[in-house]
Amino acid sequence: MGKIGLITWREYITRVRKKSFLIMTILAPLLIALFYGIIIFLAVNDSIGQETDKILVYDESHLVEGKLFSDDRLEFSYTTDWEHRSNDSLSESVYSGRIYIPDTFGLYNTRGVVYESENSLSVETKERINNRIEKAVEDQKMVQLGVSESAMDSLKTHVSLKALTLSEEGEAKSSSTELNTVIGMGASFVIYFFIFLYGVQVMKGVIEEKTNRIVEVIVSSVKPFELMMGKVFGLAMVGLTQILIWIIFSGILMSVISFAVFGSQVGDIADAAQVGSLSAEQMAQFGMNDMIGNIISGFMSLNIPFIMTSFIVYFLGGYLMYSALFAAVGAAVDAETDTQQFMLPITLPLVFSIALSTSVVLRDPNGTLSFWLSIIPLTSPIVMMVRAPFLNLETQWWEVLLSVGLLIGSFCFTIWMAGKIYRTGILMYGKKATYKELFKWLFYKG
Amino acid sequence: MNEHTFLEVNNVTKGYEGHLAIKNLNFAIPKGSIYGLLGPNGAGKTTLIRIINQITAADSGEVIFDGERLNPSHISRIGYLPEERGLYKKMKVLEQIIYFGRLKDLSKKESEKRALFWIDKFGLNDWKYKKVEELSKGMAQKVQFILTVLHEPELIILDEPFSGFDPVNTELIKKEIQLLRKNGATVIFSTHRMESVEEICDYVGMINLSQKVLEGSIVDVRNSFKKNEYEVLYRGDLGDLTYSPKSTNFEQRLSLNKSVFIIDPTESRALISELNKQVEIVSFSEELPSIKEIFIQKVEEGKNG
Repeated sequence: MGKIGLITWREYITRVRKKSFLIMTILAPLLIALFYGIIIFLAVNDSIGQETDKILVYDESHLVEGKLFSDDRLEFSYTTDWEHRSNDSLSESVYSGRIYIPDTFGLYNTRGVVYESENSLSVETKERINNRIEKAVEDQKMVQLGVSESAMDSLKTHVSLKALTLSEEGEAKSSSTELNTVIGMGASFVIYFFIFLYGVQVMKGVIEEKTNRIVEVIVSSVKPFELMMGKVFGLAMVGLTQILIWIIFSGILMSVISFAVFGSQVGDIADAAQVGSLSAEQMAQFGMNDMIGNIISGFMSLNIPFIMTSFIVYFLGGYLMYSALFAAVGAAVDAETDTQQFMLPITLPLVFSIALSTSVVLRDPNGTLSFWLSIIPLTSPIVMMVRAPFLNLETQWWEVLLSVGLLIGSFCFTIWMAGKIYRTGILMYGKKATYKELFKWLFYKG
Repeated sequence: MNEHTFLEVNNVTKGYEGHLAIKNLNFAIPKGSIYGLLGPNGAGKTTLIRIINQITAADSGEVIFDGERLNPSHISRIGYLPEERGLYKKMKVLEQIIYFGRLKDLSKKESEKRALFWIDKFGLNDWKYKKVEELSKGMAQKVQFILTVLHEPELIILDEPFSGFDPVNTELIKKEIQLLRKNGATVIFSTHRMESVEEICDYVGMINLSQKVLEGSIVDVRNSFKKNEYEVLYRGDLGDLTYSPKSTNFEQRLSLNKSVFIIDPTESRALISELNKQVEIVSFSEELPSIKEIFIQKVEEGKNG
């Protein structure tokens, strides 16, 4: 253990001391924040970069003429000059498309509507045009059925669902689905990126030692297994240091922001939320809207120690399992360009789990597929982290235990396997190993 | 086994997929000797060295280290300079030497003390806080040499130690090797450079095609290969002699005649007195084959049969 410690220390100190570590530690969150900032900004202001589609309508039925709703996305103009319809070229006009509504079109016969344009229609725009026409027809049906306009307005309804999690004793705790999603996804993205970034670093380190031929000197002093583990642990420490710095910084940032924005009110709301009895009146009193209140009370209801613990466990477990595999890949090749072939089976489950996390798992965090993905060790570090905020520990504790147990078991297995491949591979020069050879290396002795 | 033997290799065999790297090797390396391990590329030298260093294990046979069967406790008593040199490029010189010393079980303090001693000895004082990548090749080689000997190993294995050194530094390293031997270390010296073998080794062992073909002290080996050739440098004309020379020619470089005779050693005095009557002898010497010639001869023999 003494030598593993020494190697770990070297891997750690040489990396943390680098300027690039400091720069990345500061820059990465800024870049990620900027990246998501842009995405959110574009999502919220979806009109940016979007031109208004001007559409010319030939309504022979006169049913929807002048009744289609125009906004900054779609602007309808009407004409009765259908004589020119087939002769006019669209490219010379300001219109991006034209709609032809035949005179057979009626409230109960809506067939025969044609859209013509030079560019093919996007699904979104098609949907939108459909909706506008349907709305116009529906409104007229309403009028025909004797519904007044004010009655139509009063039909509009908005419901905000408040989610409560029940404990076995039937005690209700409010939870915020949005917050759970953000926390689960955030944590699993961090794990995903770290496994990738630091796993690849482990691999690069192994290749560097191999191409520099340092490995020959080192393995005459320490066992290859100690060298591999030292490297894996050293990089884990670098990763944890980085996360720790981020947690401290974001903690400071959060308290500065919350102090500046909400002042002392946050504390009061938090207290109230903890009791679980934040009424609408109280909300109004605090000058908050539903959403923010929900998030804060949801935050208070989160099992923070559990989420933090599972983050650390899945972060380390997943990292150890994958980085051992990355180390084996590094040992099996001579140069970084040769790694592709062996990288694929490692990156595939990672990409697979993050892709499924954003879709299937989030849609149904307690479904069958989510359950199995969070049990299978190759996907569990990421998938279980998405599920963690949604779990009810009192009834689902065994899922967590099973998943962690299997993860520990399989990282012991991958480390054993990688150690075998590593031991043989690091001293092999000049040829690229095949899968068959890697398999043989597993059973070499001494 | 002989009490003067420091390292004994007994019947060691090691195979890799489909071929034997070394086959039934036996070597006895005397304590306090400088032992030249020779062999063409691919003969199995590196495999043997790796077995001694416990980087790989032999399939069969055993290695006896200072009277004990080789085991992991011996690792800190061995210093190994591999042919392919390697240092962490981004690490500073002093830091790196200390790190490797600690990997060989030296305490941090002791490691630092010795590192500073060697850095001073090799004139690297101005470089100790520089990264290895800033060093010239010769300086990096010196650092590598320091790493090998820092923990005062009893057995030093040097694989092509002079490659990359200029003549001045080669002399420096040679002197250090002699000094280490004087202080009690046993040195295994693996090389293709035969001149240096004759110059500094006491013993040689030769591997060819995975097997040992030769072993013994330099003097014994050369004597056992001698062809009773005597070389005479002289001024004048040989005239008629009882012994006819194998060859005679004029050495332009020395402006002397040179003749080679093949005679039984017991007749050498008779030859000298006869020559003395005819010509002015400048030198008379027995031509022992060089290690290089023996090496080439052995390798050729291996090819032919």
